[in-house]
Amino acid sequence: MLSNVKVLIVDDEPSILMSLEFLMKKEGYRVFIARDGEEAFDIIKSEIPDVVLLDIMMPKVDGYQVCQFIKSSSEYTHVKVIFMSAKSKEADMKKGLELGADMYIFKPFSTRDLLNKVNTMALSTI
Amino acid sequence: MSSGWIICLSLVYLLLLFVIANWAEHRSLIKRSLVNNPYVYALSLAVYCTAWTFYGSVGRAAETGVDFLSVYIGPTLVVPLWWIVFRKIIRICKVQRITNIADFISARYGKNRSLGVIVTVLCLLGIIPYISIQLKAITSSFLILSGETTAVKSSFWEDQSFYIALALIVFAILFGTRKLEANERHEGLVAAIAFESLVKLFAFSAIGVFVTYGIFNGFGDIVSRASTVPDLRKIFVLPEAQTGSWFWHCFLAAIAILFLPRQFQVTVVENVNENHLRKAQWLFPLYLLIINIFVMPIALGGKLLFANSNVKADNFLLEIPLYFKQEGLAFLTYLGGFSAATSMIIVECTALTVMFSNNLLMPLLVSRPGWQERLGQSTGNFVITARRLFIAVIILLAYVYYRNVSDRYSLVSVGMVSFAAVAQLAPAAIGGIFWKRASLVGAIGGILMGGLMWLYTLIIPSMVSNGFISTDFLSYGPAYIHWLRPEALFGLEGMDNLSHGVFWSLLFNVSFYIWGSLNFKQSASEHNQAALFVDIFKYDTSYESSVAWRGKALVSDLTSLLGKFFGQVRSERALNLYARRNKLNLKTRYASPQLVNYTEKMLSGAIGAASARIVVSSVAEEEQITVNEVIDILKTSQELRLVNQELTRKSLELEQTTTKLQQANELLKIADQQKDDFLSTVTHEIRTPLTSIRMLSEILQTNPDLEENQRSHFLNTVIKETDRLTRLVNEVLDLERFESGRYLLNFETVQLEDVIKESLNAIEQLAKDKSVKIQYSVESTLPAIEGDRDRLMQVFINLISNSIKFCYPEIGIIKIQVSQNYPTVRIQIIDNGIGIDPQFHELIFDKFYQTTDQSIRKPKGSGLGLAITKKIIELHQGTIKIESKPEQGATFTFEIPIGQTKTI
Repeated sequence: MLSNVKVLIVDDEPSILMSLEFLMKKEGYRVFIARDGEEAFDIIKSEIPDVVLLDIMMPKVDGYQVCQFIKSSSEYTHVKVIFMSAKSKEADMKKGLELGADMYIFKPFSTRDLLNKVNTMALSTI
Repeated sequence: MSSGWIICLSLVYLLLLFVIANWAEHRSLIKRSLVNNPYVYALSLAVYCTAWTFYGSVGRAAETGVDFLSVYIGPTLVVPLWWIVFRKIIRICKVQRITNIADFISARYGKNRSLGVIVTVLCLLGIIPYISIQLKAITSSFLILSGETTAVKSSFWEDQSFYIALALIVFAILFGTRKLEANERHEGLVAAIAFESLVKLFAFSAIGVFVTYGIFNGFGDIVSRASTVPDLRKIFVLPEAQTGSWFWHCFLAAIAILFLPRQFQVTVVENVNENHLRKAQWLFPLYLLIINIFVMPIALGGKLLFANSNVKADNFLLEIPLYFKQEGLAFLTYLGGFSAATSMIIVECTALTVMFSNNLLMPLLVSRPGWQERLGQSTGNFVITARRLFIAVIILLAYVYYRNVSDRYSLVSVGMVSFAAVAQLAPAAIGGIFWKRASLVGAIGGILMGGLMWLYTLIIPSMVSNGFISTDFLSYGPAYIHWLRPEALFGLEGMDNLSHGVFWSLLFNVSFYIWGSLNFKQSASEHNQAALFVDIFKYDTSYESSVAWRGKALVSDLTSLLGKFFGQVRSERALNLYARRNKLNLKTRYASPQLVNYTEKMLSGAIGAASARIVVSSVAEEEQITVNEVIDILKTSQELRLVNQELTRKSLELEQTTTKLQQANELLKIADQQKDDFLSTVTHEIRTPLTSIRMLSEILQTNPDLEENQRSHFLNTVIKETDRLTRLVNEVLDLERFESGRYLLNFETVQLEDVIKESLNAIEQLAKDKSVKIQYSVESTLPAIEGDRDRLMQVFINLISNSIKFCYPEIGIIKIQVSQNYPTVRIQIIDNGIGIDPQFHELIFDKFYQTTDQSIRKPKGSGLGLAITKKIIELHQGTIKIESKPEQGATFTFEIPIGQTKTI
């Protein structure tokens, strides 16, 4: 069932990318990874993921722009966006949510928490 | 020349003067004043040279030789004092809106009305004869030019001079009484008389050149011919008996030029800029010099030419060209004399009328409330009409005097008697601006006594010679009291008549002035004015608050009072402007003393100080003020001025301090922001590896069944991320120590080659992992340097690992080049990696740049390493820079001074 749900992970930290990829695959999702915002655009356009785990601070195109891209297009209305950021200021979170993100979690986070949240979202998309 | 032609051309000339006056007034309206110019100012001062100069100097020279020069030498000698005397008077008059010499003197002595009247009357008595000789000059020149008989007609309607007088009345009225407020300068008038001064000078020089070079062969020729005539030889030398009178004549002229009403008018009232005085101080004597050069040649030439005929020397100027049938030149000469006479008459009448209306007419009018009411809105018109009538009276009186008295005297002697009258004002005026103690009693006593002496010693003898008084009076004294003979008072003999009169009148004048001042106390108001006059440069900016006044006056009364004299609109504008400048409130019921004083000052300009005093006290309930209070107010005003200066200085200082504080605050804010940004950057950098470590640990914990190689890969990553954290913590600590200055470099002699080799060893694995090649070249003669070995290694490791990070795997090449660039060693680290946009070049060495501008993002990975690198190089007194373009690699170049160590 979950294998029909596409999860896109966007982060420029290889170790984080690796860990999240392992976790999501283990849970049974179809996982896509992007190392920066530009790669993320390509995958969003071609695959239309259901859930996007999105880092904010990345070279070239940042997470805010990716979120804006998703939320401003009618094609991707169902796509859920979860910001994962080491930016821990209230203002950063507010900005992320104002851009239409569905959730904002601070790094570092508990893997269990993250999985629970992603699962809940995935269920709502099915 | 027919008289019709002369009249016609004279009228054309007057018309020209009007055109000039109107033009000047138009220019002054459009703020491009013609008169605001030291040359015009100096020329206007030459109104001093009247018809007496023009015709009379020649007459005098022909009779008594160089004696005529005393009238010019006196003023020239005291010209250097003008800057001290006139500048002060000008300043006082501007500050207090004083418009004539009578007001000036009465204002100084407590705005006393009687004093103003005395001065005015004395001036009238003195000046009317003076005007009469101008009339005489015009008439006789007219008669000579038209060739008519020179006898005075028995009835005035047959007399040309009567009609000339009428014409002059019209002319003087048109010129002198256009405006009510006399202190509004008459720019048109000044321009016209400046022009007339030029005409005088030109005409006199023309006739001079004609006589000297046209008729004779230069100065030498005239002198040598004249010296053959015994009668003329005596003209060349000054008779010894006359040296005393020379002194008195020079002295008289020197003071007269200060206080003749017309000179006061042009020098003080019409002055635009005090600095014009400076130029006038040499231009005016120059004018006098030029106009006198040809006096002797013309006088001697005339004597030689008319040796056997009955031509008066006063008329040489006209008779010579006519004798040689030079009608044009004769007319030009006539025009010069006409200019001299008319300019004197216009200015003198203007000045006298203002004195008359301010000191005789207005005080009478305004002191009767009924009259004041009835005048109402038309006061201005009434005053102007009265002034016009007065001009007519002055000139008619001058005509009467001319017909009965002055025709029998030479031009010069009548002029000198006028000078002597005006000289009586000198003690009170000059004493008034330098001697604070000088009092009203002294001033009145001095002027009255001086005036009486003047009448007795100079006027009575002239009446005797006219037959009004018996000659016995002169020969034996009144009632045969021998020592009271007017020409030998108290038995003083051996002086000429004029010197004798000047001596006694001034002696009495000065004595009474000093005696009165020393023995009679000043009133409060006098004391106030004395201080304001003598110390004008201390009070000129705070005049209104330096006048002691206490009482109650309604603002509305003051407004309507000003409205009566200046019109509603103008007076409201003036009051509002004054209130705004001095931060006064006009909405209150009672006026502040400052406003009352300002109102009085405004009115002084229009109706004179004495009348203004009367008018203001008629609407105000004034309280008596004592001298002590005046002293207090003056002190306060002085203190206020000092306090104001101090305040201005303090507020300036405060402003500067505020600016400095603001700047410091701004810097602090920036520093605070930077610290904040630094913290959030650091925490961000810490959170990232922590995230990986936590996730991987949880994965390892919840997945005990992981494959061995995956498990060890995860564990390795955890260890690597932990290293990263450790490095970061160290870097933060390093940076903090460098920046706070707490880290001291451990200097030793360092071989750079060794340091680089060691760094490369430490970094070898990193390069191998990414398959990046490192090439290394060092100049063989590289000197050792003074430096901190460990920190220099840190620099190399940071820079090389930074390059490795941005190189592409497999194809990456890094070159390290070291060369000597005396007095430094230059190290370059060149890579062929992704490069960096020039807009970031400045910023990559800055640990904070990321947040100062949100739109610029830091290229991934340049954390604190470069900031620390730069700091270490700076601690070695070195510099670092980067050259790079995107996708074209980057070159880091840094230089470190070699230091004291010698080349190995």
